[in-house]
Amino acid sequence: MSDPNFVQTLYFTFAEPPRPLVLKSGVSLGPVTVAYELYGELNAARSNAILIFHAFTGDAHAASYHEGDAKPGWWADMIGPGKAFDTDKYCVICSNVLGSCKGTTGSGSINPATGKPYGLTFPVITIEDMVDVQKALLDHLGIKKLLSCAGGSMGGMQAMTWAVRYPECVHSAIVIAACHRHTAQQIAFHEVGRQAVVADPDWKDGNYYGQPVPARGLAVARMLGHITYMSWVSMEQKFGRKLLDKEKLGYDFSKDFEVQNYLEYRGQSFVERFDANSYLYLTKAMDYFDLAGGRKLSEAFKGIKADLLVISFTSDWLYPSSQSQEMVRALKANDVDVTYVEMESDYGHDAFLVEFEDQTRAISSYLAKVGRERSLP
Amino acid sequence: MIRLDYEIIAGIIEPGARVLDLGCGDGELLSLLKQKKNCHATGIEISPQQIYRCMERGVSVAQGNIDSDMDVYEDKRFDYVILNESLQQIMNIEKVLTDALRVGKKVIVGIPNFCNIRARAQIFFMGQVPVTESLPYKWYNTPNLRFLSLKDFRDFCVEKRIVVEKNPCLCNGRQVRYFTNLLADSGIFVLRRN
Repeated sequence: MSDPNFVQTLYFTFAEPPRPLVLKSGVSLGPVTVAYELYGELNAARSNAILIFHAFTGDAHAASYHEGDAKPGWWADMIGPGKAFDTDKYCVICSNVLGSCKGTTGSGSINPATGKPYGLTFPVITIEDMVDVQKALLDHLGIKKLLSCAGGSMGGMQAMTWAVRYPECVHSAIVIAACHRHTAQQIAFHEVGRQAVVADPDWKDGNYYGQPVPARGLAVARMLGHITYMSWVSMEQKFGRKLLDKEKLGYDFSKDFEVQNYLEYRGQSFVERFDANSYLYLTKAMDYFDLAGGRKLSEAFKGIKADLLVISFTSDWLYPSSQSQEMVRALKANDVDVTYVEMESDYGHDAFLVEFEDQTRAISSYLAKVGRERSLP
Repeated sequence: MIRLDYEIIAGIIEPGARVLDLGCGDGELLSLLKQKKNCHATGIEISPQQIYRCMERGVSVAQGNIDSDMDVYEDKRFDYVILNESLQQIMNIEKVLTDALRVGKKVIVGIPNFCNIRARAQIFFMGQVPVTESLPYKWYNTPNLRFLSLKDFRDFCVEKRIVVEKNPCLCNGRQVRYFTNLLADSGIFVLRRN
């Protein structure tokens, strides 16, 4: 019996030969291992399950503590007893996405055919493929229909994809700070990040496993990313023009400003926890994301049966409210039961990881309504 | 205690009707229509704080602008579109009413009467812009953009060839039937296209 105060990451492997996972690209992949965590108990009817999706560089450890860790999971303020995703009522599941480097099969995993890491031989994956892997996990867990599924940023893209791709399998979806397609600007930021990685001589066409990693390139990519996750106001408030351990400007190219140091620190710490090839694969997956795919968005949303909660943040310029509003309009046109709120925040795109009070208020009452009307007794 | 205007509106709307409430505030009316009339009810509201209250009441409301957000709906999508105490705060009234009459089979408008007897008396005897229970704002903090009487709105409907099916009028939480433009502090209009 494990200690109830802690959570353990669990693993599930499927798509073993001769039945590999067929990706959106048409390429087959297998076997696939999924890292996931569970919080709260599944009820007898298996009707209280909520699937949480992490963002770009997140992992399956969304809540509670790993034994011996000082820090809880990445959304612990939202998931737990009495919290927005109340684990006294709901069984919350979070899995690491396909292509990541946090336990689920990705470019850094060993290819069983060669005994070596996949590297760039790993197939290009999409948000839809991530969702298909999650569906396989739910089948394994015996969950036919989710009470809800929720995520921010790339997590929101997965939530939206669930509603479109598996309409019979979700009562509701909560889409936070996300979009239905990546725009030119979003692709452009990712492209600069990828270029920084591949320009690093240590990248070696992705064959750096067991050798020095492309640390400088990946750090620069993360620095750029971080700028897009903050807002003008949050950067001004956090750093302004504050100098770094200096009385006056140095008139050289050492670091003068605190913001420089912060970005450097963020870049460095990212290198320690994330794989450069996974960075390439996941940014690509987001860039390929386009639910309408040439159709009108309202066409793409035609089959949706879930209720939707869409949340955006006023200062998020990476995934601006206008994109959420576009989704809301297309949902309304399809008669989907949709709730939309643009939360006031200065934290930019990061707001979904910071603004707990408003999100808790909205999500807890939303889940209560969905439970009342759609599923729970 | 249910507010009389809500009670009257709920009395007009048939059970199970599809309803869109424009400027639904904290969602009290929507929740009433959902619970008592089993309506398929949704709303548009501009304030996020009000939307949290709507969510706590269990009604689905999308944050947005009344002026632009009806475009997505096809004709006659709703049995009723409600504009209760919101019309006087709208910039582009003609567009909003046209849209409402397009997406709704009927439109219910509730407006305060800026020319009821107490308001008239304040203007006449005190020489000041009226502040009454139904018009509680001062000139400098009023959210109202439009100042109209029940008669003004009836004239508007005639001019625009909008049929007024019913027009219950209220004063001090009671219905009034005569000299409504003088006595009533607010009026409810059930409208449809000719």
